[in-house]
Amino acid sequence: MSKLKLITKGIIKENPTFVLMLGMCPTLGTTSSAINGLGMGLATTFVLILSNMAISSIAGSIPNKVRIPSYIVVIAAFVTVLQLMMQAYTPELYETLGLFIPLIVVNCIVLGRAEAFASKNSVVDSALDGIGIGLGFTLALTVLGAIRELLGSASFFGIKLIAGDGILVFILAPGAFIALGYLMVIFNKLRS
Amino acid sequence: MEYILIIISAIFVNNILLSQFLGVCPFLGVSNRVSTAVGMSGAVTFVMAVATLVTYMLQYYILVPLGIEFMQTVTFIVVIASLVQMVEIIMKKLSPALYQALGIFLPLITTNCAVLGVAIIVVSKEFTFGGDPHMLNMAQSVVFATANALGFGLAMIIFAGIREQLELNSVPKPFKGAPIALITAGILALAFMGFAGLV
Repeated sequence: MSKLKLITKGIIKENPTFVLMLGMCPTLGTTSSAINGLGMGLATTFVLILSNMAISSIAGSIPNKVRIPSYIVVIAAFVTVLQLMMQAYTPELYETLGLFIPLIVVNCIVLGRAEAFASKNSVVDSALDGIGIGLGFTLALTVLGAIRELLGSASFFGIKLIAGDGILVFILAPGAFIALGYLMVIFNKLRS
Repeated sequence: MEYILIIISAIFVNNILLSQFLGVCPFLGVSNRVSTAVGMSGAVTFVMAVATLVTYMLQYYILVPLGIEFMQTVTFIVVIASLVQMVEIIMKKLSPALYQALGIFLPLITTNCAVLGVAIIVVSKEFTFGGDPHMLNMAQSVVFATANALGFGLAMIIFAGIREQLELNSVPKPFKGAPIALITAGILALAFMGFAGLV
């Protein structure tokens, strides 16, 4: 597989949100605005690239039986790095995303890529795979966040488009499920 | 009184699945049949209660005295993963029948974000049940975790019931599978919003 394909496959063909249906909790929980979705996507991409690279370089020396716990510890270490960095440089975003930052540890996308890709491929390929899947995830979260923000608070990336409130339910929990459901319908329709 | 407030708030008002989006993966994944939903909920309730008790003690007797709270994420997930493994081994030995019923769900629970989520919430968030904002004590934490797990179970079982019916209906092709499940979950979440303001 060419290097470019490694990156592009994560965006459409193996999109983690729309096709693989992984990492649903942050997808629904953090997309009340486009900025939050973008921030969450980039945070996950950071962990994904670093954990993919680390795991692909140590995979050979981990006994098969304890590989999943070992992967989780590696991922948790990078999440802790991310948490400390975000507390220092982007405290506001860290506050808004809250619980979902430590929960990147149990995001099935990260562990899934470690198990399915990084443990069997070279460090460079794993990094590219991390970039591709991370971009696909970021894109999905940003689009969902933008749609919910547009409908729910009538603004786009924080810029108010029309005066007054939007359809409040799209900012709240039910709107997340419904917006993602319809977005998936459109994605399915376009793909077939 | 405080315990009743915690229970009602966790099960209905702030339902972990439908208003906090924790544990959505198993919610969509294993909710095709009511029987598997019941099994999964049972396993989650057990693990969540024990895991929260252990991580609570870990936080206040080890991490805080040593001043290494930043190790929270790493230690909690290691504890939860090993706990799940231990529960699996003990259950296999002591109650093979229960193991038969819940066994296949146990490995899935390690990556159920609801378990880690609740463990982190009880040691980081202040609650206002019955007066001033305060951190939960140990007994309240366990009650909170159990109630959240029951809320998870309730939403999961209702949803599985709906999906069993849904399979019999003809659904337009692009809506098949996940999209219709998500939209149904959205309507269910709307219904749960009716409990807002109860506590």
